[in-house]
Amino acid sequence: MSPEMFQLIASSTLDTLIMVGLSGLLGTLFGLPLGIFLATSRANELFAAPAANRILGLIVNATRSTPFIILVVAIVPLTRLIVGTSIGTRAAVVPLTIAAIPFIARVVEAAIREVDQGLVEAARAFGASPLQIVRKVLLPEALPALTLALTLTLVSLLGYSAMVGAVGGGGLGDLGIRYGYQRFMPEVMAAVVIVLIVLVQGVQTLGEVIARRLDKRSRKS
Amino acid sequence: MNAPFPVRGAPLSDVQARPLIAFADISKVYPSRDRAAEVVALANVNLEVPEGAIVGVIGRSGAGKSTLIRMVNGLERPSSGRVVIDGTDVTALDERGLREARRSIGMIFQHFNLLSSRTAFENIALPLEIAGLGKAEITRRVEPLLAMVGLSDKRDRYPAELSGGQKQRIGIARALATKPKVLLSDEATSALDPETTDQILALLKTINAELKLTILFITHEMMVVKKLADRVAVLEGGRIVEQGTTYEIFAHPRHETTRRFIGAITGSQVPEWLAAKLRPRRQPGDSAVLRVGFIGGDADQPVLSRLSRNLGIDVNILHGQVETIAGRPFGSLFISVPAEPDDLQRIMTQLAAGQSMVEQLGYVA
Repeated sequence: MSPEMFQLIASSTLDTLIMVGLSGLLGTLFGLPLGIFLATSRANELFAAPAANRILGLIVNATRSTPFIILVVAIVPLTRLIVGTSIGTRAAVVPLTIAAIPFIARVVEAAIREVDQGLVEAARAFGASPLQIVRKVLLPEALPALTLALTLTLVSLLGYSAMVGAVGGGGLGDLGIRYGYQRFMPEVMAAVVIVLIVLVQGVQTLGEVIARRLDKRSRKS
Repeated sequence: MNAPFPVRGAPLSDVQARPLIAFADISKVYPSRDRAAEVVALANVNLEVPEGAIVGVIGRSGAGKSTLIRMVNGLERPSSGRVVIDGTDVTALDERGLREARRSIGMIFQHFNLLSSRTAFENIALPLEIAGLGKAEITRRVEPLLAMVGLSDKRDRYPAELSGGQKQRIGIARALATKPKVLLSDEATSALDPETTDQILALLKTINAELKLTILFITHEMMVVKKLADRVAVLEGGRIVEQGTTYEIFAHPRHETTRRFIGAITGSQVPEWLAAKLRPRRQPGDSAVLRVGFIGGDADQPVLSRLSRNLGIDVNILHGQVETIAGRPFGSLFISVPAEPDDLQRIMTQLAAGQSMVEQLGYVA
């Protein structure tokens, strides 16, 4: 492979990391509170609001059941509104974020629901407010599971980010399709796949290590 | 009854009688669309917990004891009736008022409910953080609590590194962090082995004596009542079927449920081998089998040797047990004596003249 090709792969990798990092961050910003709300708003729960819970649940499900490639095309007007263009790396962040929010919300909800209800009851018995319970009990206790949830999200976003290449987003997916497929350069395709494998492995391993470090449940002296 | 809440600083004898917690005609019904499917968890419960006392509520699972204890700190609301703590009707409080009230009510749990992400120190600190205390003040309060429960050396350990008994000690220290007036214990020893149970019960007794802390606990084990409680209420199907001092209840259980709870631990139940041999009618040469319950001072009197000497009969001890309940001896003996009607009459009369309770069970060969 030529040095230019390496250059291209490196900059595409950077694009992918920016897309995934940014949409992961923004997705967490919105998805985390949404997930906490979904996990605590059924009848008789901390922030009981069963109607809102059901409506938000429906929206989340609808977004998650829309195939990503269709979502990308469907929200082009929104993307234009937000970043001024519907093509390129910056534009790709919008659909990635929109897809990440409900995904994160559901994995966060699952992680929070795993927390022993006895701990919530204990905190209530000590006079904790619902917000204190979220801050001091639910989030710290769910932290290892939340870390794994975020890891899962980032890995999924890596996959999604390869897809936005098909509609003019940048990154490794775009590179693979334009050079590897359309110009028939199998070595580029192979390089793209290898870089993606390394990224997924890296994210997954890092996430697991951090989660294990945070998990005090099975520690023995 | 006295005025319900005399002012603080009343003479000690009055303080003893003053109910710190009073359940007044408490009912709890879990409604259902189908009226027939309504669940009545508690029905017209009246119970008073005197200040400084240790009161136990015993019942089988589903008797409503969890619901009852959770009403003290408002984790459950009654369908009707009032719960008054130290003059405050907690059933009338809103969420905010309830949160404030909960800070003067400590609670410990069957499964400890410690945060796995926090060390022993940090777990004890939690109620203080919730109350908004500063770091220095928290440290100043938590360290002595760790020492009191004997776990200063486990300060920075996580719950996963502690044994069940140690976890419950941390749970107790956490419950005491806000200096509560009342400690609620929800089956606190049910997940522990007998030896650890005894240690935790001893710790609770010490706390009760030294901090003058009122303790209300629920349990399904009469052994815990026997070792811990001054007073006990027996809950069955959402109703209190019997209540009194622990000694009274053990000495004169009136309700069938109480008898079964007690029989399981005091040996007042007929042992199996004896039950198999008992027959209701006398056959020639048979002896009569009596159950003699000794209570109070009688348990240390030579009742049987006196009986034998006075009447010139042989008394054969078949089975027996003497225990201490609420600091007083309590015994149950199964004896066989001559079954001639005349003898039997005199034996019964003499035994009944003391404080003993005599009951004829049948005959054996």
